[in-house]
Amino acid sequence: MKPPPFTYHDPRSVEDAVALLAEKDNAKLLAGGQSLMPMLNMRFVLPDDVIDINLIDGLADIRDDGDALVFGGMTRQRDIEYSDLVAQRCPLMKEAILNVGHRQTRNRGTYGGSMSHLDPSAELPSVSMAQDAVVTVQKKGGIRDIAMADFPMGYMMPSFELDEMVTSIRVPLWPEGHGYSFVEFARRHGDFAITSSAVLLDVEAGGRIKRASITVGGVGPSPLRVTAVEEGLTGEIGSVELFTEIAEKCREIDAMEDVYAPAWYRQHLASVLTRRALGKAFSRAANGTEMTLR
Amino acid sequence: MSDRRTISVTINGEAYEREVETRLTLADFIRHEVLLTGTHVGCEHGVCGACTILLNGRTARSCLMLAVQANGQEIMTVEGIAPNDTELHPLQQAFQDNHGLQCGFCTPGMLTTLIEFLGDNPDPTEREVREAISGNLCRCTGYQGIVAAALDAAKRLKGKETAGA
Repeated sequence: MKPPPFTYHDPRSVEDAVALLAEKDNAKLLAGGQSLMPMLNMRFVLPDDVIDINLIDGLADIRDDGDALVFGGMTRQRDIEYSDLVAQRCPLMKEAILNVGHRQTRNRGTYGGSMSHLDPSAELPSVSMAQDAVVTVQKKGGIRDIAMADFPMGYMMPSFELDEMVTSIRVPLWPEGHGYSFVEFARRHGDFAITSSAVLLDVEAGGRIKRASITVGGVGPSPLRVTAVEEGLTGEIGSVELFTEIAEKCREIDAMEDVYAPAWYRQHLASVLTRRALGKAFSRAANGTEMTLR
Repeated sequence: MSDRRTISVTINGEAYEREVETRLTLADFIRHEVLLTGTHVGCEHGVCGACTILLNGRTARSCLMLAVQANGQEIMTVEGIAPNDTELHPLQQAFQDNHGLQCGFCTPGMLTTLIEFLGDNPDPTEREVREAISGNLCRCTGYQGIVAAALDAAKRLKGKETAGA
């Protein structure tokens, strides 16, 4: 089991990298390598050219942009895990990142790589969906932004073109004191989750929910926003009864089926995990109240 | 014609310069070119953790990196953990004393993983240790001895720090 023959390139700038992408017909970008390298080793992909973007400077910063955090495409998952900025301003991402693989893989794996690979149960795309992130992609002679809602086109298929690369991800922040929770179910810690739920709640005084964002991962071909639950929560006062009832709507999601789990099981998990995540998020919100949902 | 490059990599404090095929994995470079066979190759797709090395002090799976990507970098393998030929590192000693290994295949990855983990978290709980080694598969020990060894090593390393201070 060895990678197939290819020509290796290590450009030092984004311009050089996208010029290579434009020129080569069958090229792959190598970011953290935690998905591409296994696929190369198993010869699931056979690129003629591998463009290693690890030596490009300035692609791995986490920047505070006031109402958003902006992550360079090559930001390592470890740097997200240990970032005070992320822990303080985007706690959902901090909670989610601890479920991404293992320390050894987080040391190498990148935000942009995870977005480009777009596994349906990957945590960073789910968090990006929950936070309404905007992905910036660049190609030779052009840069454009893709809203997260338009980013997944299908199973493991992001909507950017083959000659484009993810250069940054802008993650809008929720107000201070918002409630958040990321829960997932996997067979073993660090495995790909069968299903996950990411919840953000903006709670006003008196426990009234001003805004809700609910994303389930691993159920559809890509992370899904559950608008039926979001709408059912908006304007309501959070309670055990409300969350228990509303989370049941997750059973109506069109779920995928594979050797690991049937569709009904994913729908069941989506409902249970969302219920728990809602309880946790509401407990954490500054204007929420402590509650436990099982 | 194969795509080749000359790279220079420091492994356990020694510099190695070799011309390699660019598709060569770092794991195979360490084993076949540098002939340091302590780093084990289990699954070759990033699941088993046996090939874990330290790259500039951070763990990485050497089967998930190309050798050319290690050019100019510093690597530590299991051979570099002990202070000299006669003494074991406290973590290695703890493995021996707590039955932390049987066949030894996973041990290089367990040790490198725990070196970094105990650096990040010198006073871990049992649960944290189990989580830390969740990316390393062992088919012999049932993990109990490994967990005990890691917790014991944390104590020994802390004692050493206090004694040295």
